[in-house]
Amino acid sequence: MAEFNLPKNSRLVEGKTWPKPAGANNLREFRIYRWDPDGESNPRVDTYFVDLDDCGPMILDAIIWIKNRIDPTLTFRRSCREGICGSCAMNIDGTNTLACTKGMDEISGAVRIYPLPHMPVVKDLVPDLTRFYAQHASIEPWLKTETPAPEKEWRQSPSDREHLDGLYECILCACCSTSCPSYWWNGDRYLGPAALLQAYRWLIDSRDEATGDRLDNLEDPFRLYRCHTIMNCSNACPKGLNPAKAIAEIKKMMVARQV
Amino acid sequence: MSQQSSTSLRTPLGRVRGLGAAKSGTDHFWKSRVTAVANVPLTIAFVVIMLMLSKRDYAGAVKLVGQPLVAILLLLFIGSATYHMRLGMQVIIEDYVHSEGKKIALLMLNTFFAIAVALASAYAILKIGFAG
Repeated sequence: MAEFNLPKNSRLVEGKTWPKPAGANNLREFRIYRWDPDGESNPRVDTYFVDLDDCGPMILDAIIWIKNRIDPTLTFRRSCREGICGSCAMNIDGTNTLACTKGMDEISGAVRIYPLPHMPVVKDLVPDLTRFYAQHASIEPWLKTETPAPEKEWRQSPSDREHLDGLYECILCACCSTSCPSYWWNGDRYLGPAALLQAYRWLIDSRDEATGDRLDNLEDPFRLYRCHTIMNCSNACPKGLNPAKAIAEIKKMMVARQV
Repeated sequence: MSQQSSTSLRTPLGRVRGLGAAKSGTDHFWKSRVTAVANVPLTIAFVVIMLMLSKRDYAGAVKLVGQPLVAILLLLFIGSATYHMRLGMQVIIEDYVHSEGKKIALLMLNTFFAIAVALASAYAILKIGFAG
C-alpha cells in the first residue's frame, strides 16, 4: 500500500529554540525542519527569531540571515536569489515555492519551512532530486530532426513560437512534481508534472520531427496517465505556469492520433 | 520498478526508463470518458425510473420494468455504470496498492466483481422483461 505514515526514524520531534538576537525589537519567528545525516537522531523543528530591521524582505533573505548570524549549520540550496535558477525551492507555509520570490509579508504568524515533500532528504532543506532530473532526461529534452540541418537555423513562424510560451519558462525547481499526490505515491513510474510539461514543450515545438516517437514514449498507464487532474502542480508553480494544462494537452494529442 | 532495492547500482535514467512505455493507456482514458458522458443521461433516466417505481406496488413495478424502453434504458445504465466502475476502481488500485501480488489479485477481483454485478442486474431486468 501507499505509505501514509512516516517511518519511526523520520518522525518530527521538537527541536532547539535558538536565543532571540540581543537588542532587536522587530522579530519574526521561523520554524525550520532540520535533519542531520551524520547521526541517529530524528528530524526536528528548530525555532529561530530573525531581526527584521537587519534583514531583507524575502524568505531567502531570512534563512541566509539565520545562517550568517545564528546557526551556520542550517543547510539549504540557493543561487540566483531572483527566481530564475530554481535552487531554493522548499515548502514554505504549507506550499512549495521559491524562498527567493516569497515575501515574508505574504505569510501570517510563524514562518514554517520544510524541504520539498516526499523526496529523500540529503540534509535539512536539501532534497535529493536525482530521480527528478533523470525523469527530465528520459523525455529527451532536445530538438530531434531527420531533415538535414539547414545552413543557418531551423526556422519557426512567430505564431508557432507562441505555442512555447508558458512552457519554456520552466526552471525545473520541482515545486510542482513534489506537490503532486500521484507523484508521491507513484513517483517511480509516473513522470510527474515538471517532466511532462517539458515533454509537451518539445511535442508542440513546430521544428521537432519526433512528435510520434515522443508520444509513443509517454503512452503508458503510469508515465502519463497517473495524472488525475488534482491541479496541485498549477497551484504551486512559482513561475505561474500550468503543468496540468500541458498534461491535458498531451492526453488530447494521444486521443487525436487514435480517433 | 518498485521491487528494486534502493541500493541497486542501476543508473537513475535506467530506473526511470524501467521496462519501457507500455504503449497503452489512451484506450483506458478514452473509455472512461465515453462511459462518463453516457452516464450523465443514463443516471438521470435511472433516478427517474426509480422514483416512478417507488410509487407503484409490486405488480405495477414489474409492469413498468417490463416495458421495452424502460428495460433498455436500465440495461444501458447497468452496462455503462459497471464498465465505468471497473475502470475507475482499477485506477485506484494501481494508485495505492504497490505490492505486485496483491495488486494483480485485486485487479482480477475488480473485473470479476464488475462483471458479476452487471450480469446479475441484467439477468434480473431481462427476467422481468421476458417472463413478467
